[in-house]
Amino acid sequence: MNWRPDARMVPALGAVAVFAALCVFGAVAYAGFLAPQVFLNLLIDNAFLLIVAVGMSFVILSGGIDLSVGSVVALSTMLLAALVEKLHWHPAAAVALVLLAGSSFGALMGWLIDRFRLQPFIVTLAGMFLARGLCYVISIDSIAVTDEASTAVAQARLPVWGDASITVGALLALLVLVVGIVVAQGTAFGRTVYAIGGNETSARLMGLPVSRTTVGVYAFSGLCSALGGVVFTFYMLSGYGLHAIGLELDAIAAVVIGGTLLSGGVGYVAGTLFGVLILGVIQTLISFDGTLTSWWTRIAIGALLFASCLLQRLFELRRR
Amino acid sequence: MSLSYVSALRRLSGHRLFGPACTLLLLLAVNAALNPGFWQLQWRDGHLYGSLIDILNRAAPLIVVALGMTLVIAVRGIDISVGAVVAMAAATAALMVGGELVVINGVETHVSRFPMPLALAAALAVGLLAGLWNGLLVAGVGMQPIVATLVLMVAGRGIAQLLTGGQIITVYYEPYFYLGSGFLLGLPFALFIAGGLWALLQLALKRTALGLFVQAIGINPSASRLAGLPARAITLFAYVFCGLAAAVAGLMISSNVKSADGNNAGQLLELDAILAVTLGGTLLSGGRFSLAGSVLGALSIQTLTSTIYSIGVPPEINLVVKAVVVFVVMLLQSAEFRSWLRGLALRRSAA
Repeated sequence: MNWRPDARMVPALGAVAVFAALCVFGAVAYAGFLAPQVFLNLLIDNAFLLIVAVGMSFVILSGGIDLSVGSVVALSTMLLAALVEKLHWHPAAAVALVLLAGSSFGALMGWLIDRFRLQPFIVTLAGMFLARGLCYVISIDSIAVTDEASTAVAQARLPVWGDASITVGALLALLVLVVGIVVAQGTAFGRTVYAIGGNETSARLMGLPVSRTTVGVYAFSGLCSALGGVVFTFYMLSGYGLHAIGLELDAIAAVVIGGTLLSGGVGYVAGTLFGVLILGVIQTLISFDGTLTSWWTRIAIGALLFASCLLQRLFELRRR
Repeated sequence: MSLSYVSALRRLSGHRLFGPACTLLLLLAVNAALNPGFWQLQWRDGHLYGSLIDILNRAAPLIVVALGMTLVIAVRGIDISVGAVVAMAAATAALMVGGELVVINGVETHVSRFPMPLALAAALAVGLLAGLWNGLLVAGVGMQPIVATLVLMVAGRGIAQLLTGGQIITVYYEPYFYLGSGFLLGLPFALFIAGGLWALLQLALKRTALGLFVQAIGINPSASRLAGLPARAITLFAYVFCGLAAAVAGLMISSNVKSADGNNAGQLLELDAILAVTLGGTLLSGGRFSLAGSVLGALSIQTLTSTIYSIGVPPEINLVVKAVVVFVVMLLQSAEFRSWLRGLALRRSAA
């Protein structure tokens, strides 16, 4: 058989290969690395990152960028904690409001980008300042979540098999991933996102709803950030304006390492899962090692980012 | 007479520095209204003293970074690694200067670990290397500027923390403090560094063809390359200059706070620098740039910060005000927004 993968799949397959290689390395170097719980913990500890990165994948596939995600996550934790703890709202109502607020925030940025032909980089940068600043308008200090229903949800463990278990947040992240994959590959909206990322002018000339889709993409990213914020609140059991600083970089890095071209139009949402898992497994390896310090994580992520960008560039040159 | 007055006013308002200058004057006026002693300058301890001097001193590192950023944005690039470069350069200098307590003739004195000029040169070399790396990725490999500089933005902070061992390194060597908090001729020394760099860049861009080349590359990179301009070399130069400027700012910042913090030094500085450049009227799409505008932009940001302090609201809310300013400026820069406003005004006058 002479199976050759679609050229567009090469970077994403590269991410899968890197993840597999890191796992093999971990299994050889450290005893106890191959336990199921180690891998489930990857999902549990990075659930919010996965959710945010799925939203970011759509933005990047459409040729844009969203720098506001980290701040929106922080604002969502703050809003949720304040509503539940200070105003004694029912957690479900508070979550609904937070999700609505996040998607409206994203939609507003998308509208500005589309209607006034502004650069996504600058608009979402301003959005980042705004959301981070609004956190401190709510409260300067951290708000602990002590509500009984909320802590019960946060501590619930769903058994997978044997002793291994996952949290509600991790399950939600997998759900968002599946929804993301289905929307990207199987709906008109997803195909329009790819078309805009490939060439916006052509997409417009083909009569595709470019404006509506652009607003939709940023609204979806805002929704994912808000949901990521909800999961993060339950993970940390607090709301704080200093939560998730620099998360936008991790999300962008995960998407790019997962094989999505930053110029838009090429990539897979499923690749993003492996981008997130690679970031997580690097952290796990460094903590298993014990002698390496946490800043090696950043250097390793930078090096991986460099390698995958170089790979993408080579691939771009070959396609011409 | 009134006609010539009107035409002079029109010419003035058409000047590209009119907007940035108005923003700064407005902010200064707000400050003056809130704080009666705002314009007062005093001569104390052999140097000038007052709110204005304070703003100038604090704005100096941002001015330096904004100058480098202007050049990069002018050639259609962007450098989001400047904050990380600031942290790396500051860590290098602080490590090499350090300051060990030595007793000489019964007097306790702090001695630098390496000669200070060597430490400064090493910090600048770090900036040079960082700029070279970014420039090669953009001009040589052909990566998108945001992605290319993202690599160093992520890894650079890790490297800075590696250098400092995750600690905040305190500097005890007195002469090093002069860079960020010393005074020359009664004015902060940092101001002379920023002013000198500005003058140097202004001369290079206006007295040689370099400015024209930079503008040509920003307007159309392919056309300028076909016209025989060394577009790649000039783009590389822009990133190297930006890296050097970030290193200089790193020296100024660490000297001012007498320490180097790998994690927090220069945090969000890249965004402030981009904001300063945008406020100054430089187009983010390249080609149209103004060094003086970026200086005004940086001063505006610092003035805004001190306004917020003097109003007495928590400094964290600074970010909300900054966000509103960015939204307003970028909407005013958008041709679509201006025509939309005009359409609204016309509809209202018709109705």
